[in-house]
Amino acid sequence: MAERAALEELVKLQGERVRGLKQQKASAELIEEEVGKLLKLKAQLGPDESKQKFVLKTPKGTRDYSPRQMAVREKVFDVIIRCFKRHGAEVIDTPVFELKETLMGKYGEDSKLIYDLKDQGGELLSLRYDLTVPFARYLAMNKLTNIKRYHIAKVYRRDNPAMTRGRYREFYQCDFDIAGNFDPMIPDAECLKIMCEILSSLQIGDFLVKVNDRRILDGMFAICGVSDSKFRTICSSVDKLDKVSWEEVKNEMAVLLQTPAQAGEEPLGVGSVAAGGRYDGLVGMFDPKGRKVPCVGLSIGVERIFSIVEQRLEALEEKVRTTETQVLVASAQKKLLEERLKLVSELWDAGIKAELLYKKNPKLLNQLQYCEEAGIPLVAIIGEQELKDGVIKLRSVTSREEQEDLKTAQNRDFNFYYGYFIDYYWQKWPDTTPFTYKALGA
Amino acid sequence: MPLLGLLPWRAWAALLSQLLRPPCASCTGAVRCQSQGTRDLSPQHMVVREKILDLVISCFKRHGAKGMDTPAFELKEILTEKYGEDSGLMYDLKDQGGELLSLRYDLTVPFARYLAMNKVKKMKRYHVGKVWRRESPTIVQGRYREFCQCDFDIAGQFDPMIPDAECLKIMCEILSGLQLGDFLIKVNDRRIVDGMFAACGVPESKFRAICSSIDKLDKMAWKDVRHEMVAKKGLAPEVADRIGDYVQCHGGVSLVEQMFQDPRLSQNKQALEGLGDLKLLFEYLTLFGIAEKISFDLSLARGLDYYTGVIYEAVLLQTPTQAGEEPLNVGSVAAGGRYDGLVGMFDPKGHKVPCVGLSIGVERIFYIVEQRMKTKGEKVRTTETQVFVATPQKNFLQERLKLITELWDAGIKAEMLYKNNPKLLTQLHYCESTGIPLVVIIGEQELKEGVIKIRSVASREEVAIKRENLVAEIQNRLSES
Repeated sequence: MAERAALEELVKLQGERVRGLKQQKASAELIEEEVGKLLKLKAQLGPDESKQKFVLKTPKGTRDYSPRQMAVREKVFDVIIRCFKRHGAEVIDTPVFELKETLMGKYGEDSKLIYDLKDQGGELLSLRYDLTVPFARYLAMNKLTNIKRYHIAKVYRRDNPAMTRGRYREFYQCDFDIAGNFDPMIPDAECLKIMCEILSSLQIGDFLVKVNDRRILDGMFAICGVSDSKFRTICSSVDKLDKVSWEEVKNEMAVLLQTPAQAGEEPLGVGSVAAGGRYDGLVGMFDPKGRKVPCVGLSIGVERIFSIVEQRLEALEEKVRTTETQVLVASAQKKLLEERLKLVSELWDAGIKAELLYKKNPKLLNQLQYCEEAGIPLVAIIGEQELKDGVIKLRSVTSREEQEDLKTAQNRDFNFYYGYFIDYYWQKWPDTTPFTYKALGA
Repeated sequence: MPLLGLLPWRAWAALLSQLLRPPCASCTGAVRCQSQGTRDLSPQHMVVREKILDLVISCFKRHGAKGMDTPAFELKEILTEKYGEDSGLMYDLKDQGGELLSLRYDLTVPFARYLAMNKVKKMKRYHVGKVWRRESPTIVQGRYREFCQCDFDIAGQFDPMIPDAECLKIMCEILSGLQLGDFLIKVNDRRIVDGMFAACGVPESKFRAICSSIDKLDKMAWKDVRHEMVAKKGLAPEVADRIGDYVQCHGGVSLVEQMFQDPRLSQNKQALEGLGDLKLLFEYLTLFGIAEKISFDLSLARGLDYYTGVIYEAVLLQTPTQAGEEPLNVGSVAAGGRYDGLVGMFDPKGHKVPCVGLSIGVERIFYIVEQRMKTKGEKVRTTETQVFVATPQKNFLQERLKLITELWDAGIKAEMLYKNNPKLLTQLHYCESTGIPLVVIIGEQELKEGVIKIRSVASREEVAIKRENLVAEIQNRLSES
């Protein structure tokens, strides 16, 4: 114990020495040497079981995406991106942080929810709060007068997350916007068409898109006698859902009508899964000459959709594959590692998704179990006898009786050969489709 | 896998700045539009990027890796656990009354945190994501503070060298698939480096310092490196000479055999362990058919802090050049190694999970591919639109809207101009400039006859198709091309 305390003291002193040298801007070589000593001391210290140094967690309001969640996310993004591309959109990306001044004054009372970066001697930065302000900045900076673009990325808001409803501090947005001066309402209509296409393709249930117009809202308030100064407050209380909060926005909102409760399933919460509108004045706020570029767009609330899809899967007890592996290369006896390595390499070179166990002499049963757990549909088994006969057994994992002996020919085109057979047996044994969540459709 | 200490891509140099857009004229004066060291990615950039990332991810998937993602920021204490002395390069979030956070510096520490947090013992995962480093902008022009990394790692206790060999196979598949030209993967082992230093008489306290000098051998000649070690780092000249005998060696598996017989190295237990693993590795690499791309290189020494075993780095052999320009030295395009001690640093009980992995230097690859396209004058389409819906007459907006809806509903990628009465020529120009291959034309004549004209933009050939057969005809044409 005393030894440990003494060692800790040495580490502390050495750490101070290093910091001191860095402050004095001592020579790089000297610093390196002292750092080396420090690391050696720390290594001797080793892990301290008596005190937990820190808590292993993600920051509040954020989460990791497990492989299962990634599989769902990928499928959802696929549907969405396909729709955006179908409508001829280009894609852009912007940095995760913007100059603080770029975001200031754009979000009204929500500005207090912006994540700031620490002042570390450079520019003052903030994490992006949405994808629309960066888009307007991009248009102004590049002097673009028309573009149809989509942007899928994470945004950051320091609000109090209600995690069960799929709201986090770090979350994905999928934005589609059409910027430019065009004949009225055609791009606006296309945005609504896109929203409908996406929500239909995702097959998460019946939906409705609510539409309004800011000018109607303002007119209505005026007629009802709401004083100018109270407009915004009344507006906020009328609007419970995410909205774009700068001046000239007209609101359109999509709401899930209701998700039919299935046997044993809790009715899922309803809420908005997409929103958007026209915002003609934003780009002008960035352009030094105040030049306006009219914009209309939409944002898909994918996090809510992920939640819905994940809950659906759990309710249906559908298994989601987290890999796309088609074939496991297995051996029936010992001392066949070489053959497995050679075969799996051929399959990879032919573009086939294949794996092998990282064991020199795995048991066949373990290899088959691995396939079942991971949902791998086919197993290619190498055996001593088969090697002599010049064949490899290709077997369906789910229905073990079905198998074929593939002749291994020395001079054939393996790329074609194996690809053909793998595809053929894929069709022949249809229960082996890789992604079992059928409801997401094409 | 860890990208450590000094970054691998330092050799990009000033030429990369050519790719940056010139500062926009409207942003004159003191006000900057965008934070230093970051850039937007235009549609042209994104198309190149997506193709490359697609190839990389397909390869990872082909090898059975699962995808994973972590938040952009972590608890600061978790990141400084590993980076301690280098944490000056991290972006911290402002203390706004909650937890102290920093933007992730790489994808390896989050991975180790994930494994420890979820008590995962075995995992084969890939992670493609952005990381952030507050590089001093004066050191290397054109190095970005926000950049993309593609990591693949295998965590778990397995029979030796099989996962390590698969990592190298993956690197080869990716680099071949990208068609960047000939490449070479240098391989070494932490234990061989340490063993070599010890056997040559380097004092342990100087290991790190000497290591970083050896690291410069890819840019500096041996005699300059030797000079640095002796004159600036206080290494005895005869020790330096002994090191020199080794670090200039590189070769295939025969070099491994040779080193087994080396009088100094064979006395060092650590070095022997490393050599044994490399020998086994080469056996597996031969079975994978990639042995001739691998070079056992005793000068590979960099960023060794957290590696515990094999280390590797891929370099392009022919540096891409532009007409009349200096050859671009982009350094390594991928790197990795075995790091068995990292997860143990995060696990509360110190339980180790051995890991081996690789990181593809995609930003460098983007740069190379973009430069190449510039030289060849290649233009890339930024949309995938297949069909354009046009009309030669006025007052045909309704018909266009109806027609385009049919196409969209059939899954066909289609566009039209957002104009009530566009001129036909304008519409055709739009197709040509955006690379749309087919146009469908509807006008008064066609409406009367119940047909639609399909025109190939390239050949200008036109044919009239019955309205009911339109979708099928288009799908045929698209599948043929």
